[in-house]
Amino acid sequence: MKILVPVKRVVDYNVKVRVKSDGTGVDIANVKMSMNPFDEIAVEEAVRLKEAGVATEVVAVSAGVAGCQETLRTAMAIGADRGILVETDAELQPLAVAKLLKALVDKEQPRVVILGKQAIDDDANQTGQMLAALLDWPQATFASKVVIAGDRATVTREVDGGLETLEIPLPAVITTDLRLNEPRYATLPNIMKAKKKPLDTVKPADFGVDVAPRLKTLKVAEPAKRQAGVKVADVADLVAKLKNEAKVI
Amino acid sequence: MAILVIAEHDNASLKPATLNAITAAAKIGGDIHVLVAGSNCAGAAEAAAQVAGVVKVKVADAAHYADQTAENIAALVIETAKSAAYSHLIAPATTGGKNFMPRVAALLDVAQVSDIVGVEAADTFVRPIYAGNVLATVQSSDSVKVITVRTTAFEAAAAAGGSAAVENVAAAADAGNCKLVGRELTKSARPELTAAKIIVSGGRGVGNGENYHALLEPLADKLGAALGASRAAVDAGFVPNDYQVGQTGKIVAPQLYIAVGISGAIQHLAGMKDSKVIVAINKDPEAPIFQVADYGLVGDLFEVVPQLTAAV
Ligand SMILES: Cc1cc2nc3c(=O)[nH]c(=O)nc-3n(C[C@H](O)[C@H](O)[C@H](O)COP(=O)(O)OP(=O)(O)OC[C@H]3O[C@@H](n4cnc5c(N)ncnc54)[C@H](O)[C@@H]3O)c2cc1C
Repeated sequence: MKILVPVKRVVDYNVKVRVKSDGTGVDIANVKMSMNPFDEIAVEEAVRLKEAGVATEVVAVSAGVAGCQETLRTAMAIGADRGILVETDAELQPLAVAKLLKALVDKEQPRVVILGKQAIDDDANQTGQMLAALLDWPQATFASKVVIAGDRATVTREVDGGLETLEIPLPAVITTDLRLNEPRYATLPNIMKAKKKPLDTVKPADFGVDVAPRLKTLKVAEPAKRQAGVKVADVADLVAKLKNEAKVI
Repeated sequence: MAILVIAEHDNASLKPATLNAITAAAKIGGDIHVLVAGSNCAGAAEAAAQVAGVVKVKVADAAHYADQTAENIAALVIETAKSAAYSHLIAPATTGGKNFMPRVAALLDVAQVSDIVGVEAADTFVRPIYAGNVLATVQSSDSVKVITVRTTAFEAAAAAGGSAAVENVAAAADAGNCKLVGRELTKSARPELTAAKIIVSGGRGVGNGENYHALLEPLADKLGAALGASRAAVDAGFVPNDYQVGQTGKIVAPQLYIAVGISGAIQHLAGMKDSKVIVAINKDPEAPIFQVADYGLVGDLFEVVPQLTAAV
């Protein structure tokens, strides 16, 4: 069984981004880029399924600028067998990415696609669900536990009220939540090995996919800053302020 | 112009998030219709008909909507959207709305605008990106706008005062491929986290689950508060996953948020920085949570929290 794992290159989660002074976008020149944390969890899960003998091959794919090769190498250092980059400098929105991934699924014929539930840059939380719809496959999103047996996946999902467990037939799309697993650190030997693994590059035009954005960003701005308040001396002071000043208790 | 709001409900009643989504629809302008898909959901449909501003309620009552699977709900929304030329399809950005709405958008070949916090025009919306550190204003060129709504950014519509017509619609075919085999819902007599006026939230500093319960529950009981947590507290198993507040957990904006033993990572702030009043209790005076707290108390939470519980 083959598993496809899409990975996105994003601004590292430790970086606090800045808005460009002309309000046209976020300044990402010279900031640290990393693999989207949820995608790292997706790669880890796929590699564990391979180690457990459930999967036979893990293919990492990415769409975006040439720099995404680095992200794919990271995926291969965790244990993906090969990588495919759909290279483009164009701005890619979730629908376009889902269409590119559908083309890759048609070509690669995986039984399972595991994606991160959201990317920490656009926070859209769309691509996996869109891909499932385009493929007419079932989906199990926000997974905190995945068991694959035969032709079915049993997936525990994090939902607003707690947890729910779905059983879905394969092929299927699964998206990861934070508690699915803790991704391993890539060891130096594995990083070296990853450099030798195959990495193919294709273009959106090879699949005839129109990636033109549907949403136009008119401006970006920083939200109103919250002013730091005061330090209170003790509990009595705090309670007095909550009662008399803030009037919230 | 008509807008379709997809209701979140438990068959008997509407979830509060639906009321916030209806307010977002009202800001866009146009007739508001509400779709209630459920199983034995007459109660929820009746409640939707009474919401101020709603002119029509469409009800699809069928066994295969009991589990609210994304495949079945999306297929029904597509059918419903075909039957009337809706300009906007709107759902709250809950785990339910986030699950099925992108499927709807993809099947219609349109973009989704996720998690909007503002309406500038019928085609222009404001949404947070980068964990809420940036607000983007985006314009959609698609014929149908598919939108999820951040519930804390819109007041709840009045639950009474409306008198919409209720109309049954045919269920879409059952995709029949997903089976719900288990549900572990957190039972609590406390208010729902996303609708609570006061939230007491605990982080890694609380130490373990026993401390969390022994210290924070009595305080929450006294204040009539809901309980929340940081990711670290959930990951460590102090409390279940649905307590998590943050970029990837719940977004809350209560009147009062009391952060206990939480450092204030940007991913946590993303979920609570729109609270009216923030109190931070932390022994580290340099903790970033103090940069957003209205009232900061530097001290050992094991001493301070029992004192606070006694004093309120
Ligand atoms: C992709 C991604 C998504 C994430 N999403 C979320 C999210 O949705 N929500 C979220 O919360 N986090 C999220 N995080 C994690 C986030 O980055 C932080 O790791 C987390 O919020 C830290 O939790 P904490 O503040 O409880 O723990 P810590 O950062 O360890 O802070 C503990 C605090 O307790 C204080 N303390 C300790 N003992 C005491 C005492 N006796 N008395 C008083 N104070 C004490 C310490 O001074 C410290 O400030 C995410 C991270 C990533 C990478």
